[in-house]
Amino acid sequence: MNPPVPPQRRRRPATRHQPPSPLAPAQGEAEGDGKIPERLYVVADSDGGDRAVLDLVTLIVACAEPPPSSTPEQTAVLRMCRSPLSVAELSAYLGLPFGVVTVLLTDMLAAGLVQARAPIVRQALPDRSLLEAVMHGLQRL
Amino acid sequence: MDYNGSDTVPGPRAEDHLPHTAQAAAKIVIVGGFGVGKTTMVGSVSEIKPLTTEETMTQAGIGVDDDFGSPSKTATTVAMDFGRIRISDELVLYLFGTPGQERFWFLWNRLFEGALGAVVLLDTRRIEVSYDVMGRLEERGVPFVVAVNTFPDAPRYPMAELRQALDLTPDIPILECDARRRASSRDVLLTLVRFLHALHLTGALT
Repeated sequence: MNPPVPPQRRRRPATRHQPPSPLAPAQGEAEGDGKIPERLYVVADSDGGDRAVLDLVTLIVACAEPPPSSTPEQTAVLRMCRSPLSVAELSAYLGLPFGVVTVLLTDMLAAGLVQARAPIVRQALPDRSLLEAVMHGLQRL
Repeated sequence: MDYNGSDTVPGPRAEDHLPHTAQAAAKIVIVGGFGVGKTTMVGSVSEIKPLTTEETMTQAGIGVDDDFGSPSKTATTVAMDFGRIRISDELVLYLFGTPGQERFWFLWNRLFEGALGAVVLLDTRRIEVSYDVMGRLEERGVPFVVAVNTFPDAPRYPMAELRQALDLTPDIPILECDARRRASSRDVLLTLVRFLHALHLTGALT
């Protein structure tokens, strides 16, 4: 059977002269307009009021044993992060949304319970040696 | 593992632990319409059993489904499947499969920030479900390759015809794959990374 001609698409021009802010709020929604604050986006008060900059693939490593005062979630994080684990994996294993996990980790980073590794993916461009390493790694699969 | 009580402690299996030398992680995003095989592809190359992370966004319920009896707010939850490949003792690669529908685009800023690039997965029975997502990648300047998942009962188009229909620039790789097969999915990822490398060499990524 001859397939019909595939539907035609039109390429779109890049519009990234000003890259969108990664934390842009939902469109047109000004803050402080009387709405109930969104719990998931509570900010930590360390360095200037920003949440810790955590990516889905930031690797988290425990620096301490769970202190007696730690919450069950903190204890679980510290156990899991005896070897490095990404924020995405923590979110999956804890069954908590990414936003909730970043709030949890922000507190733990501030308390020195965990360390975050890998700012490498946050740069604008992947660097060439990184691409080469990934290429070689995939070839070995 | 030491357990502190009778409940099973969540966490990776012993064999899924990363070495302490793991310093950095990179990510690649697999996008496409519903049911094109994103999760299958993630699962076939991942060295861990694919996991799911959720993202929730609460927003004013304007122009969105309002079936839940809430007149003012709608919570959208998106589940993303992901997998992991150990590239070296220091470097880990994560693969995220993400839905392409417009209502999930709130995820994209976070997902694509720092991502190496994307794989657009196509099902030739419903090619157009992936068109929006391709336009979105182009607008954002995210480099991508196109992988045609060859479902047995799907129409096969000559690649040249497909390339033309997709309005791809000549440099963008397009290839067929079987997302169920590890080697095939690996080849798709390799094609993407080689493409990124070539963009680098020609200075197109700067």
